[in-house]
Amino acid sequence: MVKLQLPNPGLEDRIPSHTELEVLEKEEADSRPKWDNKAQYMLTCVGFCVGLGNVWRFPYLCQSHGGGAFMIPFLILLILEGIPLLHLEFAIGQRLRKGSVGVWSSIHPTLKGVGIAAMFVSFLVGLYYNTIIAWVMWYFFNSFQEPLPWSSCPVTANRTGYIEECAKSSPVDYFWYRETLNTSTSIADSGSIQWWLLLCLTCAWGVLYVCTIRGIETTGKAVYVTSTLPYLVLTIFLIRGLTLKGSVNGIVYLFTPNVTELANPVTWLDAGAQVFYSFSLAFGGLISFSSYNSVHNNCEKDAVIISVINGFTSVYAATVIYSIIGFRATERYDDCFDRNILTLMNAFDLPEGNVTQDNFEQMQQLCNMTDPTIFASLKFETCDLKTFLNDGVEGTGLAFIVFTEAITKMPVSPLWSILFFIMLFCLGLSSMFGNMEGVLVPLQDLNVIPPKWPKELVTGLICAGSYLIAFIFVLASGNYWLSLFDSFAGSIPLLIIAFCEMFSVVYIYGIDRFNKDIEFMIGHKPNIFWQVTWRVISPLIMLVIFFFYFVVKVNEELLYSVWDPSYEEFPKTQKVGYPNWVYAIIVILAGVPSLVIPAFAIYKAIRNCCQKKKDRTGLIGATSETSVNGNLKNSA
Amino acid sequence: MVAFTMRRYSSKTTTQISNVLLCNVTDRVSFWFVVTDSTKNTTTVPGSEVEAAIRMNRNRINNAFLLSDKTLQFLKIPSTLAPPVEPSTPVWLIVFGVVLCLIVAGIVFLVVAGIQQRKKKNKESTERENLEDKGEVTITIENGIPCETLDLKAGHINGVFSADDERFTSL
Repeated sequence: MVKLQLPNPGLEDRIPSHTELEVLEKEEADSRPKWDNKAQYMLTCVGFCVGLGNVWRFPYLCQSHGGGAFMIPFLILLILEGIPLLHLEFAIGQRLRKGSVGVWSSIHPTLKGVGIAAMFVSFLVGLYYNTIIAWVMWYFFNSFQEPLPWSSCPVTANRTGYIEECAKSSPVDYFWYRETLNTSTSIADSGSIQWWLLLCLTCAWGVLYVCTIRGIETTGKAVYVTSTLPYLVLTIFLIRGLTLKGSVNGIVYLFTPNVTELANPVTWLDAGAQVFYSFSLAFGGLISFSSYNSVHNNCEKDAVIISVINGFTSVYAATVIYSIIGFRATERYDDCFDRNILTLMNAFDLPEGNVTQDNFEQMQQLCNMTDPTIFASLKFETCDLKTFLNDGVEGTGLAFIVFTEAITKMPVSPLWSILFFIMLFCLGLSSMFGNMEGVLVPLQDLNVIPPKWPKELVTGLICAGSYLIAFIFVLASGNYWLSLFDSFAGSIPLLIIAFCEMFSVVYIYGIDRFNKDIEFMIGHKPNIFWQVTWRVISPLIMLVIFFFYFVVKVNEELLYSVWDPSYEEFPKTQKVGYPNWVYAIIVILAGVPSLVIPAFAIYKAIRNCCQKKKDRTGLIGATSETSVNGNLKNSA
Repeated sequence: MVAFTMRRYSSKTTTQISNVLLCNVTDRVSFWFVVTDSTKNTTTVPGSEVEAAIRMNRNRINNAFLLSDKTLQFLKIPSTLAPPVEPSTPVWLIVFGVVLCLIVAGIVFLVVAGIQQRKKKNKESTERENLEDKGEVTITIENGIPCETLDLKAGHINGVFSADDERFTSL
């Protein structure tokens, strides 16, 4: 085993010792907030981990990388990468009883940058994530009418036909790109603020403020609903979906294994990235949440349970989504076939009902024999169920285009629409709780906020500030900004932070000390699996993923998809290159959080050197514990 | 039917069924027709007039055959689509208003509750400080744990004593 341990003087003074923790536990003199019960903690963590990605990223990856065969890399990397990292974050938070900035600066003052980077990333991700929730709310508000507004195109002024943009694409596309986003044709063309989206954004930040106003005191109550409701809705959709025609086609297609995909390295890379992002690691939120636990909470069991739940939810959601996609694909296939049948019948004046899907081929041959010239002039569409099933979109396209179209074809559509968007809302909101935690607690730890300020005021200021910055996402070009943030703010910095976390705990804090801590907390030393993964396997996997990600991103030409009605191939989206100034923004988004880590380390090192030169203080700030009437006044 | 239509449009009473000439009739009920004008000696009525007439009375024609615009098609005469039903206030605005009111009510309630709690805590701590200054309050300590924290939790039942109750016979 690698016995590398970097020198770390003064560590003992910065962290509470085991005896201090025991005293804290017994006296309950901790001034930190606490979970009301274990269920709240589990539900909050599950809610943070299970988010929109489980619903709209995993099914797409699964289907495009060989269906059932994708489970193999996914499960392997879940065990080798997800669970160890999760256990590490839980254990370190529970042991050091601080938020992310506090934890890393306790381990070594130069590592404070890791916590600050996590705070930046949480902030940036929270900005755009809540905008997606605002979009979900907009669709939710519009679901209370029959027929749904995206089920048919609006008519032109003189009511002779449908609006051209809508007629060329589809009602759902039109509703999404025009009536919701009112998107411009490029990221440079900002347009004006879309007032209806601004109202929804206000709602989204308002709800978030209500739920996080007093920290985990209020979120702990909110998660009872936001973490459990999605499962209920998924089950309802599964039952409904299975009764629809063609749904089984979708599920079969999703899980049909294509083992050759396993040889493709991109499959493994995507699986690793999906496991990593799906667990919401390196945001700092999980460390905070577990710091509110009691010291002897069994974090090992928690990590395993939450990983299993996360994996199960991904597979379950994929099943539900693909049952509905199968239904939609079958509907489209039937429509296409019916059009072909109609063409044949019209040309040859056949009676209704003579030509069905089953005997179509025979009838075609018959007609060809009777009159080849007319038959040759007929244009038949190619109807392939696989192409329709392959139309599996991911991300916002899945939720707001594909799924909404499927819903319009189901009876009692408003009900399904309301249920679906409530589910998306809950999934997104519970993830936002973690993001807020990841921003709020580091600010407190950094002593940027005067301690006299009430918590309500602090959360209010954070929400208000983020709300104002998020105005950029409700401009006409907001959609493009959002995908920019999504691609760059939440990808590379997280990988770097996670790698630094692992390295710090294993080699700077010391894996031996960490093992002893876990033994103290849960009663037994972590077994060989944890040792191997923490020391070698997980950091290696992180490095590999980061390396490949970085290389791929830097080498590929940065294109983004634009909705342009004047494009020749409309309704396909056009791939356009970014203007030059956007590259600067990309560098800021991805670079600032990543570079904070070394920058802060250098700054701290320089300061240390300067201080050492100035004075030779022998007295290190010793923590004196004041005791009043037996109460330990320990500032946490 | 077509004759009736032409009559209504041009308000001439002279167009008869015989004025409508059919041709190219097929089995699946499609045909071409022309309308002649008997007053002008077998000249055909211009197509635009016929179109306008049909458009005006489309509903009547459809209803007579119990068909709709989708099932009875006049080539090159696009149907006038029904305007979408627009309520005076868009539905989404109503739902948004409801949700926003709930949010504002929630915020106000939580903030006010927080302020009240803080006032109570401040009052309690100033009271305790006053009493402590006077030296009247003795904080009882049991086994190193102040009784106050004990009170906050649900009471500890000391098993030794509760077992005694069973020894006494119940009345």
